[in-house]
Amino acid sequence: MIRLENVGLRYGTSSQPGAGSGPLVLEDISFTLPVGGFRWLQGPSGAGKSSLMRLLHLELRPNAGKLVVLDHDLGAMRRDDLPALRRQIGMVYQDFRLLPHLTAFDNIALPLRLAHVPEDIIADDVAEMLRWVELTSKAHIFPRELSGGEQQRVAIARAVVGRPRLLLADEPTGNLDDTQALRQMRLLGELNRLGTTVVVATHNDSLVERFPGPSLRLEDGRLVSDDE
Amino acid sequence: MTNKRRDDLGLRRLLGQEMLPWLVAAMAFLAALSIGGAMEAQAVSWHWQAGAARSATVLVPNPDLPLARQGDGPETTRFDAVLRALRPNQHLAQVRPLGPEEIGRLLRPWLGAATDPRNLHLPGVIALRLDNDSVDLGKLNMDVAAVAPGASVEGHNAWIGRLLNLASTLEACAFAVLALVTLVAVAVVVAATRSGLAARRETIDIVHGLGAPDRYIAARFARRIAASAGLGGLLGTLAALPVLFGLAVLSAPFLDGGGMAVPHRLADVPPLLAAVPALPVVTALLSYLTAQSTVRRWLRSLP
Repeated sequence: MIRLENVGLRYGTSSQPGAGSGPLVLEDISFTLPVGGFRWLQGPSGAGKSSLMRLLHLELRPNAGKLVVLDHDLGAMRRDDLPALRRQIGMVYQDFRLLPHLTAFDNIALPLRLAHVPEDIIADDVAEMLRWVELTSKAHIFPRELSGGEQQRVAIARAVVGRPRLLLADEPTGNLDDTQALRQMRLLGELNRLGTTVVVATHNDSLVERFPGPSLRLEDGRLVSDDE
Repeated sequence: MTNKRRDDLGLRRLLGQEMLPWLVAAMAFLAALSIGGAMEAQAVSWHWQAGAARSATVLVPNPDLPLARQGDGPETTRFDAVLRALRPNQHLAQVRPLGPEEIGRLLRPWLGAATDPRNLHLPGVIALRLDNDSVDLGKLNMDVAAVAPGASVEGHNAWIGRLLNLASTLEACAFAVLALVTLVAVAVVVAATRSGLAARRETIDIVHGLGAPDRYIAARFARRIAASAGLGGLLGTLAALPVLFGLAVLSAPFLDGGGMAVPHRLADVPPLLAAVPALPVVTALLSYLTAQSTVRRWLRSLP
């Protein structure tokens, strides 16, 4: 379960991200997302969608309020316990964030290796993901040699290969053609159907219309609507 | 490839281009010289100390004066009487009277070649070699004075004390240099690690976000830095070996037999000598621990 109670976030110059004294980017955010739930996260650019995604991905700590991710109260957690929780969260970044010195195969395999999955299982799982994102022939290609759309598909494969309990996707289809976008959204839908909680941030209203679902809407750092 | 050897952070190329191995090589070279210098100073001082502690000199003023005849015995000089009294002593490995030629040779640097020492009133000299360090020179002194009043035994305590002071000072200097070199090497490793962290900031952020614990990231950095520094340590040590060999050759004449200053038995190996081959390993270990600590401290700034 995901639960936010009056969460506020401001960036600043503090060495501890999320503990700064700069302008408020999220204010008084409250919502609950049950296990296996799905939410679109909508809003114009600069509304705070990416910041909220980073909060949910435990990259930032809120300045105010209470944040519970996968039933763990972030405020009560020790820093050393966060990596294990992060490994249960898959994240598709808007800018892909692939490791340039690793091949597509190794980028996708990385979350499994961090979880100490045996190499023979990794080989099978990664091959399956490469088939799904139609990049089998580019398994051993480095990201710089892949197109933007191909990099995005690798990023999606990396996020879902470990079958995360929570999947966060920030504009996951922004660089994909319609066919690929449809295919990747089906993949996210399939994971959701299997029990993964999914949050997809987008400002693409037509995508939301094609895959209707409950949505959260942010404007100027505030939650202005929650379909649930 | 095993998980541990996999270069997930792309450090092989990044840190391979650094100056780290060469800087550490220079530090290891200096460290090896410090260790070698301390070792040679210790070996020479041990040898001289042992030699000095087991020798003494007997001085007999007016050596040719006759002593009062003892009963029916033959008339004898003070020098011969002292010599005869010393020879049965089982604690003396050697009792060797110095002849006029040998005394002349010893005094020539001070008196010049023109002066014949036989024309001077010099005391008779007997060189003693003791069979152990614990011979009571005070008692020996009383014994010779009883035979020939005014005769005396001189040990070499003051000389030994000065030698010990010199050796201790040299060793302290070597250890000070070693400590300084170690500090500089640690600073170099810290700087290289921080440079690597800055260059791989984005990669670390991504891997951290994927759930890599601090120990995973720190271990990868530390292994790479340790390998690089260990290589530098090996190069520096190898470069120092010919210099250490030369130092051993130079110090050889001051040691037994004029041979190399290399102990013959393993038990004779001074602890410092073992430190030279261990230098690359110690360098790698120190670098590993330094890099681990630096990376873990840096990672604490991440959430």
